[in-house]
Parts: sequence; C-alpha cells; structure tokens
Amino acid sequence: MSAKLARRDHRAAWLFLLPVLVVILLVAVWPLARTFYFAFTDAYLDDPSVYSIVWFDNFIEVLNDRSWWVAVRNTLVFTVISVAIETGLGLAIALLLNAAIPGRGLARAAILVPWAIPVVVATKMWEWMLNDQFGVINKILSGLGLVDHGIAWTASSSLIMGVVIFVDVWMTTPFMVLLILAGLQLISPEIFEAADVDGIPAWKRFWSITLPMLRPAIGVAVLFRVLDALRMFDLAYVLAASNENVMTVSIYARDRLISFQELGVGSAASTWVFLLVALVAIIIIGVLRLDRAAGT
Amino acid sequence: MASVSLHAVSKSFGTHAVIQGVELQIDDGEFVVFVGPSGCGKSTLLRIVAGLVAPSSGIVAIGGDDVTDVPASRRGVAFVFQSYALYPHMSVARNIGFALETLGMARDAVSQKVLGVARMLKVDHLMDRRPRELSGGQRQRVAIGRALVRQPEIFLFDEPLSNLDSDLRMEMRLEIARLHTELKTTMIYVTHDQSEAMTLADRIVVLNQGRVEQVGTPQQLYHAPDNRFVAGFIGSPRMNFLNVSSRQEGEVAVLTGAGNLSLALTTGDAQSGIAEIGIRPEALRLVAEGEGRIACILERVEDLGHEHFGYCRISDGTVWVIRLPQAPLPDRIGKPAGLDFAGSAVYAFAADGRRVAVGAGHVAEGPQP
Amino acid sequence: MDTATLSRPLRKPSSFHRAKRRIVRGLQIFALLLVLVYTLFPYYWAFVSSTKQGAALYHSALVPALDFTYYRQLIDNPIFMGSLLNSAYVAVCTTFLSLVIGVSAAYALGRIEFPQRRAVLMIVLMISIFPQVVVLSGMFELINWFGLFNRPSALILTYLLSTVPFTTWILTTFIREFPRELEEAAIIDGCSHFRILTKILLPLMGPSLASTGILAFILAWNEFLFALTFTLTDENRTVPVAIGLIAGTSRYEYPFGQIMAASVTVTLPLIAVVLVFQRRIVAGLTAGAVKG
Ligand SMILES: Nc1ncnc2c1ncn2[C@@H]1O[C@H](COP(=O)(O)OP(=O)(O)OP(=O)(O)O)[C@@H](O)[C@H]1O
Ligand SMILES: [Mg+2]
Repeated sequence: MSAKLARRDHRAAWLFLLPVLVVILLVAVWPLARTFYFAFTDAYLDDPSVYSIVWFDNFIEVLNDRSWWVAVRNTLVFTVISVAIETGLGLAIALLLNAAIPGRGLARAAILVPWAIPVVVATKMWEWMLNDQFGVINKILSGLGLVDHGIAWTASSSLIMGVVIFVDVWMTTPFMVLLILAGLQLISPEIFEAADVDGIPAWKRFWSITLPMLRPAIGVAVLFRVLDALRMFDLAYVLAASNENVMTVSIYARDRLISFQELGVGSAASTWVFLLVALVAIIIIGVLRLDRAAGT
Repeated sequence: MASVSLHAVSKSFGTHAVIQGVELQIDDGEFVVFVGPSGCGKSTLLRIVAGLVAPSSGIVAIGGDDVTDVPASRRGVAFVFQSYALYPHMSVARNIGFALETLGMARDAVSQKVLGVARMLKVDHLMDRRPRELSGGQRQRVAIGRALVRQPEIFLFDEPLSNLDSDLRMEMRLEIARLHTELKTTMIYVTHDQSEAMTLADRIVVLNQGRVEQVGTPQQLYHAPDNRFVAGFIGSPRMNFLNVSSRQEGEVAVLTGAGNLSLALTTGDAQSGIAEIGIRPEALRLVAEGEGRIACILERVEDLGHEHFGYCRISDGTVWVIRLPQAPLPDRIGKPAGLDFAGSAVYAFAADGRRVAVGAGHVAEGPQP
Repeated sequence: MDTATLSRPLRKPSSFHRAKRRIVRGLQIFALLLVLVYTLFPYYWAFVSSTKQGAALYHSALVPALDFTYYRQLIDNPIFMGSLLNSAYVAVCTTFLSLVIGVSAAYALGRIEFPQRRAVLMIVLMISIFPQVVVLSGMFELINWFGLFNRPSALILTYLLSTVPFTTWILTTFIREFPRELEEAAIIDGCSHFRILTKILLPLMGPSLASTGILAFILAWNEFLFALTFTLTDENRTVPVAIGLIAGTSRYEYPFGQIMAASVTVTLPLIAVVLVFQRRIVAGLTAGAVKG
C-alpha cells in the first residue's frame, strides 16, 4: 500500500488546517469549556479566581427565576413569528423579483440595503420613525385619519414585541429573498414552460411545482434564520435595554453575567441558551432530513 | 531510460474497486494505448502511473525502479489532460515554462527552452495570449508544449483530442505520431476513439471493469481476440454475435441456432462447448433467400456514400450489421434474405466468454427453407 | 366551472388575454414599487431627518432640508471619529485574518483527501451557529489573559469566532469549483501544496475572496454584543456601540437628528459596497447555503 504518499498529503492537510484549528480552540472550544465550568461555580466577575464548586445550584437558580421563563417565551415567540413572516414575505418578494419585470435589477440591489445596515442603525431609524409624537408613521396614520393621536409604539408594553418583530422582518427578509431567489434560479425554466403548455393554472403551478422544488432552499434559509433569531440580542437591547416584554435569552444571560457580575449564574444561563439552540437545531435538521428521506 | 511496469496494481475508492490486479509491462519507447468502455478505469490507471492517484496495493515501477512512493513531480512523467488544464491566469509562455520556473531554472534558460518548444509546436506567435484567447487546437498544442518542455521520460495522454472537431483531431493525431517518431519517448495514451488507438498504438491494452482483458498489437487484437469482450470492443461497426447450441461429433462441433443456422467447426480434441459465435460485418455477404448459412430479413440500409451498411434481423431478434459492397436494390429491403460467410471468418466463444480455437473445417449445408 | 376544467377550456378572445396580461403586469410593477419603498424609505427618511435642524425635524416634510450641521458636528467630534476609526481598524483586520485563515483551511478541506475531512467541516459548521453569548464568560477570561480588555484589538480576536467558520465554509465551496485537473497539472509541474495555493489557486480566487471578504467585513462592522461587552470607555468603542449608547438627557430630548446623521454616515460605505458588489455578495451568500 502506498500509504506514504497519502500520509504526506494528510500531514499537509493538517498543516493548512493549523491556523483554523488554533482559532477554533482559542475562541470557541476553550471559552465554551470555561463557560460550562464556571456554570458549576459561584464565581463573580470582579474576581473570577475566588470560587467554590456549587454543582447544579446555578442551573436550578436560573430555572426558578421567573424572568428566565419570560425570556424563553419572548425568544420563542419572536423566533416563530418573525421567521414565519420572513419566510412568507421572502417567498413573495423572491417570486416577484424572479418575474421578468422592468426594474427588477434595481430592486435586487435595493433589497440588500436593509440587510447590510447595522442592526443598531436600523433599530434607531425605526425607533425614530415610530416615535409617538414626531414619528413619520404616526403622522401618516393621523393624516389618513386612522388614529387621532400618536400611538406609543415603543413605549407600550403590548406593542413593543410587535415592533421588534417588525424591525427584524425588515432587516432579515432580504436574506430569505436572496436564498429563495437562488433556489428559484436553479429550477429550469423549461419546467414552467411545460406546465404552461399543459395549461396548468398559476396557483396550482405554485403549489405543486414551485414550492416543492424550493423546499431545500427554503429549508436551509429557515434553519439559518431560526438559529440566528434564537440568539437575537442587539435589536431588543438597543430598542428597550431591559424591558421585560422583549428580553431574550441572550439578553438575560448577558445581564446576569455582566450587569449583575454573576459569573456562575450567568454561565449557567448561557449553558441553558446553548442547550436550547442545540435542541432546536437538532429538531430542525431532523425534520429536514426526514423530509428528504420521505421525498426519495 | 523509461520502461513502465505495473505489478498487481489495484485501486478502490471506498468499497468501489476501480482497478483490480493489473499486470502490465511497457517497454522503453513504446506507444501504448489504453482503451475500454467509459468508467472502466482508464484514467485512474493512467493517474496511478503518473502518481496523481496512489494505488491501494501493488507496485509501479518506472525504468526498473519502484516509484510507488515517489511523488508525481519526481517520476519524470508529463501529463496532457482532456480539458488541457492550462493555467487560466498565465500567458502561453508562462504556462509552458511554469514547470521549469518551479524547478528554479534561470529566467533566460526558461524562455529559451519555451521558445524552442513553442516553435516546434507552431505556437510561438501566441506567446503572450491567455488560454481563453486561444482556439481549441491551439490550447491543445500549448498543453502538449507544457508536457514537452520538461523533457519527460514518459508522456501520458488522457483523451487529449476528444474536445476537438474531427479535422483537427486528425491533424493532431499525425502531430502526436510525428512527436513519437522524433522523440522516441515512451507514451501512454487513453482514448475512446478506435481509429486513434489502431493508428497510433504499438500495442493496445483493453481494459474492462478495472481488469486487463488483452494486450497486443492492433492486428493481434483485431484478428485474434482472446475473448468475447475484446472481439466485441475492437472493430467498428462491432462484431455480430449469435447464441448457438453445439453438439460434439468427434472432432467437429455442430452448431445450431436462430435463423436456421447450420455450421460445423472442427475443434480438435478440445471438447469445449461453444456458446456463441461472432462474425465481423466485413466478412458477411448478402445472398438470396434460402442461400447462405443464416436466414434473416434485411430491415434497413444506411448509405454513407463511400460505404453501405445493411441491418439484418435474425429470427431470435438479434440484428446483425453487414458491410455491403454497394447499396442493394430498394425492393430487397424488408424482404427475407440470406447471409453467407467463410467458416474461417467465424470466432467461437465458450459460455464464459473465452475464445475457443476452431478450424475452418467441415461446413454443413445451407439453411433449409 | 367544475365541468369546464375537465373539458377543453373555452378559448377566450385574444383581447381578453391582452387585458389580463396588462393588469398582471401593472400589479407586478405596483408591487415592485411597494417593495422598493419598503426597503429604501427608512434609509431615505434617516437622511432627510439628519439634514433638518430644530423644529423642522418634527415636521414631516418629505424633502431633505440639506442642512449639514449635524454632519459637521460629527466630524468635529473626536469621540465619534475615533469610534469610526476603531470600527475600520477592527473590521479590516478581522476580514484580513479571516480570509488568510479561511483560505488555508479551505484548501485543505476542499482539495486534499484526508479521513477526518467531513468531521472538521461539521465542526466548523457547528461553531458558526452557536450563540455568541455562550462564550462570553470564557472569552472574558481569555481577553484578560491577553491583557486586551477595553482594547479594540480584543474585538478582532472575538470576531474570529463568527467570521472564521464562515469564511472557511464559503471558501471551501468556492475552491471545490476549480477543476481538479488544474491542480493535477501543477503537481506534475512540480508544485508543492503551498505553491499550488499561492501561484495557481489564489490568483484565480479574486472574485471569491471579494465575495467572502465583503461578507466578513459587514459582519465585523455591524457586530454589537462583543463590542458592547469588551470595551468600556468611549474612545475604544466601535460605531454601532457608540450609536447605540447615544442618549439624551430625557426621553423628549432624544437627539434624533445627530443619531440619524451618524447612522447615515456609518451606513453609507456599506451601501456603496453593497451596490457596487451586489453580484459578488449574492454569490457569497448563496455559495455557503445553497450548495453546502
Ligand atoms: N476520485 C474518485 N472517487 C470516487 N470514485 C472515482 C474517483 N475517480 C474515479 N472514480 C470512479 O472510478 C471509475 C473509473 O473512473 P475513470 O475515470 O478511471 O474511468 P475512465 O475509464 O477514464 O472513464 P471515461 O472513459 O469516461 O473517462 C468510475 O466508476 C468512477 O466513478
Ligand atoms: Mg477518463
């Protein structure tokens, strides 16, 4: 066996992988391990070297905290609703931009703008537009006679989650559009021409041709978006720093860790976040796989 | 100097065995062509010789030295790829000279050698162009130039002409033949094209499913194939086959089969059962119904201008191809006819595909109407 | 209706079809305009608002007043300009490092056969999806060890967590697209792996590197959580954090004019990049997702 040549190649491969492995160990594996470790201690951030092991106390403390469960509920509500809207809207816009209409090139470029804008900036822009007294949205609404005085979008506890979802949809729909558009462009136009010649009505074409063929693209896009939405931090934080109505699990964990300096409890909360995201990822990937298996 | 020998070479990708126990001896200066159906492992075997693919087991030797563990660049081989694999971002001159540049040769020496090779291949007026600014034939020449400049001991070609149109292919075929006579370097050449194989090769290696079926000169393969596979693979249009049952009567095998076949062949003492016979299209003659050795129906005639092929259906559904001296009268098409051939033109095969040696011997009467 | 679908549909006059096509076309163009307004108006409005002074800010005139006082104030504000510089420094360094590390890893993952290849790819993919907040405690410790706390350089280190897996993944799919024979030709020509990468592949990878680099740059430029957590003082902030933390003395004196001016300023380079490199960005985004 000429294992010698192969071994040389393997050695070369590890050499090329060395930088990425060092980085992964340094900024991912090691910090992750430390977080897991701290989760079992009663350490505080001001002096992390003094601590004792408290085993599962921190994990239990987090679970007994009403705020944690509020944060979990907020995160799940936010994820499900925003990803659902983004998928629907993304699909609609992608179909529109895939049609041969004048100006779609421009629109394809324009759609990237909300995606490229920093979350903080987008949040501030919408906060300003949704301002209760001077916001342009309220001005338009009262101009149309729909409301008689400005709605306090961002101050009202019942509306603020809606605002967070709305802004997130504005920012991340482009990502959906791009992935779905890429999926659409993989479908050969001849399939549609064939359906056209066969006289299949538009809605049926959509349900039985377009949608099934887009399933992989949409699946991947939804997976990415869900995992991203579950760790959402900046949008809610900038809009309403510690408003319980939009507190996500990431904000909760960071609050315990940084604001309250509770290294131990904060790490335990982070670990729960990790498990939550891992669980959802496994479920979604499982569903996608099953789908694929059922399809073949 | 550079002979090549492969000893018990095998290669699997995962569980898929692509090359299985190949033994091969190629002499110095020989032009050897690998042929075989698509996916049979020709390219893989060539890459094993080059050192681009490591064999799973076996020994590769070049010039008598075991090179199994020697990297490709140290084997003294040059490779011409089907897709040419020219470096798209480099000029023609740099493409040709890149290997020398990599060796660390002085720039003047490199450009001198490059120019020499370019002149020889008539691409010296293209030196500053990029590959995408060249025609297919010019790209091919540059790719050969890149191989030539390293003065390799062995040239390896993997279907180098298959991307060219037929005129250009003919021209480049002559060019490669000329190179071989001039350089007298060992060359191994993979192709799909029978006429390339027959005209270029000193010896042809027929591969099938990762095994060597037969090695021999083009004439040996054509006139004396070892087995049914080689008989069917070499020759165009391919050999006609018919399943037969045989009855041994002393030294003679009496064969019967579809189309009222009547044929007897001397087999000597060997009591080998003949399961199939083969006859080349050019050995068949179209005769009137009731005559000849096999009855058939002339279904269709193809007139290619300089030659004519008839397609004859035999009673078991087999269609035989026959080369006709001239186009038959149109009213014979669709009508029963007979096929005749000399007993010496018959190749006989055993059930496992091996060829059975037969003499032209006794030949029975024609078909009964 | 039910029977009509079974039998051959009645042939309508062509004027009917022409009218129908016009209506559909009209609706499509209207929808397209709606999409354009939806995506672009907020940014336009931010620009309009940033050029209005005093009371004019509170009037919803749709045309910009083109008064650039706020912009002048921003330029004169050393803290803001400092954070702009910090952002640029962090984003450029992060992009450069992630590309170098990513290309090297992508070569191994895309071009060399070795048994653990799939496992390494899976690890890279998994790291790119895990939530940043999870590594916060460990990262804190790491940064203190390196003595980088409250330094922009700390951010470069932490951003590698998000950018490196992602550049590795995308560049791997890009590298796989090169024909294998190109590399084999180079091997025969005597190239080492390093020479194949630097002399053959890298010169051909310009567009792929641009795609990937732009995405990494945008990611680093926009990052908020680590930047907020690992810098403490104003002169070390990056722009997103600086904008996020601008606050008025009370809710009613919120300095929206300045904030909008700052927002427009930090976003302008991004938008320029996005419009110029639109195709490359889309190529990068979809290379990672659709083909992976
Ligand atoms: N790197 C590889 N990994 C897995 N399988 C491979 C690889 N390279 C080749 N094969 C398989 O090995 C077999 C032989 O391939 P090879 O390219 O040698 O065939 P070939 O005879 O050159 O065919 P063709 O005439 O079509 O070029 C094929 O079934 C192919 O799928
Ligand atoms: Mg091949």
